[in-house]
Amino acid sequence: SVEEFLNGARVVVSARTYADFTPQATFDIKKCDLHKLEEGPPLQAVLTREEGLQYYRTMQTIRRMELKADQLYKQKIIRGFCHLYDGQEACAVGIETGINLSDHLITAYRAHGYTLTRGGTVREIMAELTGRRGGIAKGKGGSMHMYTKHFYGGNGIVGAQVPLGAGVALACKYLGNNEICVCLYGDGAANQGQIFETYNMASLWKLPCIFICENNKYGMGTSVERAAASTDYYKRGDFIPGLRLDGMDVLCVREATKFAAEHCRSGKGPILMELQTYRYHGHSMSDPGVSYRTREEIQEVRSKSDPISMLKDRMLSNNMASVEELKEIDVEVRKEIEDAAQFATTDPEPPLDDLCNHIFYNDPPMEVRGTNPWTKLKSVS
Amino acid sequence: MAATRLFLRASPVKCSLTGLTGGVHSSLGLTLLKLSPACTAKPQAQRRHAAHFTYHPEPAPSQYGPTQKMNLFQSVTSALDNTLAGDPTAVIFGEDVAFGGVFRCTVGLRDKYGKDRVFNTPLCEQGIVGFGIGAAAAGATAIAEIQFADYIYPAFDQIVNEAAKYRYRSGNMFDCGKLTIRSPWGCVGHGSIYHSQCPEAFFTHCPGIKIVVPRGPVQAKGLLLSCIADQNPCIFFEPKILYRAAVEQVPTEAYQIPLSQAEVLQEGSDLTLVAWGTQVHVLKEVAAMAQEKLGVSCELIDLRTILPWDTETVCKSVVKTGRLLISHEAPVTGGFAAEISSTVQVRVRWEIKAFYFFYVTDFKL
Repeated sequence: SVEEFLNGARVVVSARTYADFTPQATFDIKKCDLHKLEEGPPLQAVLTREEGLQYYRTMQTIRRMELKADQLYKQKIIRGFCHLYDGQEACAVGIETGINLSDHLITAYRAHGYTLTRGGTVREIMAELTGRRGGIAKGKGGSMHMYTKHFYGGNGIVGAQVPLGAGVALACKYLGNNEICVCLYGDGAANQGQIFETYNMASLWKLPCIFICENNKYGMGTSVERAAASTDYYKRGDFIPGLRLDGMDVLCVREATKFAAEHCRSGKGPILMELQTYRYHGHSMSDPGVSYRTREEIQEVRSKSDPISMLKDRMLSNNMASVEELKEIDVEVRKEIEDAAQFATTDPEPPLDDLCNHIFYNDPPMEVRGTNPWTKLKSVS
Repeated sequence: MAATRLFLRASPVKCSLTGLTGGVHSSLGLTLLKLSPACTAKPQAQRRHAAHFTYHPEPAPSQYGPTQKMNLFQSVTSALDNTLAGDPTAVIFGEDVAFGGVFRCTVGLRDKYGKDRVFNTPLCEQGIVGFGIGAAAAGATAIAEIQFADYIYPAFDQIVNEAAKYRYRSGNMFDCGKLTIRSPWGCVGHGSIYHSQCPEAFFTHCPGIKIVVPRGPVQAKGLLLSCIADQNPCIFFEPKILYRAAVEQVPTEAYQIPLSQAEVLQEGSDLTLVAWGTQVHVLKEVAAMAQEKLGVSCELIDLRTILPWDTETVCKSVVKTGRLLISHEAPVTGGFAAEISSTVQVRVRWEIKAFYFFYVTDFKL
């Protein structure tokens, strides 16, 4: 057949036309574990070539951005706290493709990936990490406090963002705009009391809230077995239906998110998803990440379940993209990150006048006492 | 203002109004600001300041037995070691304490005393303190760690409503006096909003608990052992910037430093300086600078116990000098300096020269 001929001639022909690529393919995805649900998400996912390239690009951007942040942190250009997301890219990308940009999302402090998928640019994110005025929070928030439209951060206190997310979901229901709120937290936060308070409220009032537990197996340095009486985080909602799925497979995450979003939008109330994922870096930049887990374990996950490699293999083996094409994307991504890092390093810091702004909402400007009785600072908001 | 008059009389310095941060300036203020090495006259040169004080170790105490060189976290470990050795009911728990803690305050204790005495809790501050109250009420010496003082707020209800009021509401039938809560506290340079807070002012509004902040390793060990021994629930805030920076000769045996007793570190006649924790060291340098450049003799007091605080020592000092300056890291409004200054004003109002009390804070973000 023509295809076989062309495939065989792959080595010879250097320039490929887009007609040579498979426009879309169907992939089997792992079955989700279900809790209080009759049916789960579909067992197959359709991926088009465009979608595949887009997911690849976004995941690669997140990966490169996090590695660049690691580099800048070690050069002391980024300071303070920095929690990196590499390894978990499939979660951010998969969730975003399962919801609309007009839906709402809130997460904890490992937020760089979500800031990007929710509409932030790499430049703004990196400038926020370095604390410059071009940053997404004007340089005043830092790594843990990044926000975009319909993305409520970026929250430093563990577990505190979950009741907030339920509140956003209430607003969606009240306004009747068919929007939902995706409320993320980690395996460590799953043991906080306010999570359970939120489960109760969301279920009682049937709020359109998707609770997502990103289980990366370690709460800082404590493995899940040592922190939780029940590591079935998808069942912890008890009366809330739950799904557990492979968070390293972007298609799995996408299908589950679509399923969950449909569940919420149809008025059935909240739903809980547990994404089993992994982070390559330690908890933060001050954690080497190898005192509570072995290097072999990290290597094993990298080689067997890396989300970017998984997508790449799928696309290549189904002839949906070429190695050169993906390499080109890599090069473009690298350039984008380099430019952003350059901007983040050279942009000036916010002016001193900004120091006290936005404490209250006040008009006219408010006077704030400074570090000594003779300095009066102004707060404009 | 009496204070202003003093300074101007001592040093006739003329200074021009160089705009530092804009706003209201007095020449006095600028004089003092210019004297500070940490102050730059050029706002454009936004230099990064690391620790803005030098820690000077105090002489080794001789009355408590042999001493060993320790920093602040090691002195805390030593205090906990003494406690676990001497008190079979003592248990230590908190997030990540088993491997040694994020600041290494509990290193080696689990191996030495067993995993039923030094154990991790899940991530739940409200649960940790509530659990600690129960354990203490049942007779165990419970030492709970809250990983950062910034995270203590979920436990605020337990501390204020349960721990503080247990003895009173049960008519002394029950109490959780054997509870001690330890927590890293204060600015550290890179902590930002959630790893730098000083929440002592929130708790001082609550009778029934004691709040203690040490200034160095020798003080920390003695005060912590006093808190553990004290029959009231205590919160012990450890200045995290001093964990490694403060190194002293600390006695290896157990000893106690009394609570609710402020310490006069330096006698003086012109101005009383009051601080606690890290800021004591800043004020030590301020006192030295004031003496050298302005000829002002300062009396420096470390408050040590914030609640119940030693009103006698502070008031006696203010009667002597006539002027009071309190410096703390927390925000000015509602900060503990407000309480100190208003109490002192009421107690000694006929005897002080200056009706002006300055509170200075380190604006740390």
